[in-house]
Amino acid sequence: MAGLILRRLFMVIPVLFGVSVIVFLVISLIPGDPARAILGTFATPANVAEVTRQLGLDKPLPVQYVIWIDNLLHGDLGRSYILHKPVIDEIMARLFPTLLLAGAALVLASVFGVLLGILAAVGQNGIGDRLITVVALLGISTPSFWLGMLFIFWFGVRLAWLPVGGMTAMFGGGGVGDILAHLILPATTLAAVAGAVLVRLTRGAMLEVLRQDYIRTARAKGLSERRVIYGHAFRNALVAIIPVIGLQAGFVLGGAVYIETVFQWPGLGRMLVSAISTRDILLVQGGVLVVASGYVLINLLTDLAQAVLDPRIRTE
Amino acid sequence: MSPMMLTRRSLLGSVAAVSAVGLPRFSLAQSPADVLVIGHVAELQTLDPAQAVTISDFRILINLYDGLLHYKDGSLDVEPGLAESYEVSPDGKTYTFKLRKGVKFHDGSEFNADAVKFNFDRVLDSKHPYHNTGPFPFVFTLGPIEKVEVLDPHTVQLVYKEPYAPALSMLAGAIGGLAGISPAAVKKFGKDFSRNGGGAGPFKFVEWVSGQRFVLEANADYWRGPPKLKGLVFRPIVDENARVSEMQSGGTDITIEVPPDNIAGFTSSPDFTYYQQPGPHLWYLVLNTKTKPFDDKRARQAMNYAINKGAMVTDVLKDTATVASSVTPPAFTWAFDSALKPYPYDPAKAKQLLAEAGYPNGVDVTFYVTESGSGMLSPVLMGTAIQADLAAVGIRAKIETYEWNTFLGKIIPALPADVAVAELSFMTQDPDMHPALALRTGGAVNSGGYSNPKVDALIDQGRQETNRDKRAAIYKELQDVVYDDAPWAFIANWKQNAVSSARVKGFELHPSFTTRFYGVSKV
Repeated sequence: MAGLILRRLFMVIPVLFGVSVIVFLVISLIPGDPARAILGTFATPANVAEVTRQLGLDKPLPVQYVIWIDNLLHGDLGRSYILHKPVIDEIMARLFPTLLLAGAALVLASVFGVLLGILAAVGQNGIGDRLITVVALLGISTPSFWLGMLFIFWFGVRLAWLPVGGMTAMFGGGGVGDILAHLILPATTLAAVAGAVLVRLTRGAMLEVLRQDYIRTARAKGLSERRVIYGHAFRNALVAIIPVIGLQAGFVLGGAVYIETVFQWPGLGRMLVSAISTRDILLVQGGVLVVASGYVLINLLTDLAQAVLDPRIRTE
Repeated sequence: MSPMMLTRRSLLGSVAAVSAVGLPRFSLAQSPADVLVIGHVAELQTLDPAQAVTISDFRILINLYDGLLHYKDGSLDVEPGLAESYEVSPDGKTYTFKLRKGVKFHDGSEFNADAVKFNFDRVLDSKHPYHNTGPFPFVFTLGPIEKVEVLDPHTVQLVYKEPYAPALSMLAGAIGGLAGISPAAVKKFGKDFSRNGGGAGPFKFVEWVSGQRFVLEANADYWRGPPKLKGLVFRPIVDENARVSEMQSGGTDITIEVPPDNIAGFTSSPDFTYYQQPGPHLWYLVLNTKTKPFDDKRARQAMNYAINKGAMVTDVLKDTATVASSVTPPAFTWAFDSALKPYPYDPAKAKQLLAEAGYPNGVDVTFYVTESGSGMLSPVLMGTAIQADLAAVGIRAKIETYEWNTFLGKIIPALPADVAVAELSFMTQDPDMHPALALRTGGAVNSGGYSNPKVDALIDQGRQETNRDKRAAIYKELQDVVYDDAPWAFIANWKQNAVSSARVKGFELHPSFTTRFYGVSKV
């Protein structure tokens, strides 16, 4: 087990290195540059040259990259030239909101997705199953930004039960209750698709397992239905479900980008969107590096969880 | 109770119960009477007016920094600010400012001639010890300043290399706020001045939480007297639908830039006040005058006749703009030629001109459209509407759409030879700026490659003339010449809009497109 963890942790380094090279190249290759983003319609060749020089972007691309890597190894992610502050400061300010939102969405999606999936499988072809299947299909098919706008309209504007956006109230906010109230709509929106995927997958995995001989055996020896389902069937279905939860964790991190925009959530996703449009390359680099690290970490945890559940993986 | 047992009756019952108890309505819980919450279109980028590049930043900074001059309420005419009077030398090269005495910066240090000199030297002199706090991308709009001289502690002189008549407008504009920066704050914070700021304006900086809020409080020692509000909270709400929702739910007291489709919802309600204000903005089509078909004036005029601009501003833009006539926007009341009427919508005339230019069977052109962009309004919708109008007179436009940043890279300094038309817009503080950059022969943003000696001469005269009435006459003539020669298709002048709750009093949008909250109160 320790070997597996070490091996996987070691793999993280080339992955993150690759990510940083790709991001650097992509941002540099797309047309338009930071000086133009800053100057807009005043982007005359002379102005562009001057601002580029002042930003230190007149050096060749590989040199810029080497400088960036060198600084990174010294723990310095550089300075955002749009926000005029160290990249690390901005990322740290944005990290918690994103983790909170993505974490809440993942918990919601996993709990409801798996529970409803089990219920659907157990009552296969019954009314409950059909209802759940239809709702899950709707969940998968609905674009989340649209669902978010619908929620805002109904629960934020019409009924005014919940705040329409932001993470805290502008006055006297910041308490746990306040943040939770602001969290409900974006987290639910973000969880909708991920949860729906999990419903369908759990249902399928459970049906598969429930047809196995050992389930029949378990029932035959007189175990309660609850023990058969949760003790025998679900535990085995979980091997198929866990990696998908891992995938959905990646999905909610990615989905946070537009959900954060719709709900003005002060997270990394929204930061990345504006950083990309202003060609704020160091901020993009730093942000993507953090998100990619999160992704890799989740994958690692997923693998470990599977290894715990399934002895066959451990010995591979 | 498992979810399977949730009957319709119990569901309805629980909804009714929740409604009856009445969850707290978040809209009512919030803003205190003397603090204004503003729905702002973007995250603030910098607290340094010398570094700021976006109109959304300047809308905030104008409340923190006073310049030597101000714009008068409701117009682009200048009046004294931190300078109580000013004098322009007859050769138009020297501007002498008598500074107001007893003005203190937010940090308590004194505003004087040395401070003004420090501020200009910092941005203009690359050897200045604090020049590395830049870059200062828009300082060039202040013109070719040679040096700044301190005559006495309260008199300072700006000496230009050559006459630059736009100087006064620029010094009164948002970038002019750099004259009122506290040198003590720059020295204290260095590169982090952009995150801390320090001026002498009516409000001072309190708190900046990334992605959430930017908070200012009243400057009780402000030289014109303290503002009516105790504080301002700017909330960055980038998504326009979210801005509307926040306004409807009471999460903001005022919102700038309401999408055209949502205006009716606000104007029809007594709970809201709607504002609009034409600004120094022009939305137009650049025509490539170097290649066929628009190397011919008649083909260019045909473009102006072919487009139904009236329908565009009413239907597409929902009256958030007016039809443009020529290069100078009407917001420059003193320089705008109101006798000049926009090209009428006349497809028959367009067809005829096109035939005279040698295209009786129409012509194929490539048309660059941008997806978005500062001041570009609804570029895709407008581009498609224009395409349809052009098709009706035989100009078959093939649209190519680009992301804004990419778009700019493609059209500046010049349109590619095979591209005949491109959308563009421009916002400026003085009628000199736009023609000088975009119409003068060899101008840095002259994307259409336009060249007309008469236009060049008028632009040069306007820049050198110190008498404003004579300047106005020059720009009026410029508008007439450009109208007839039609290097562009003139489409629209944007009216900035805003919505506030009815509790907000004394707010006015300003033609400079900045938002000034000094005289605003909330009841």
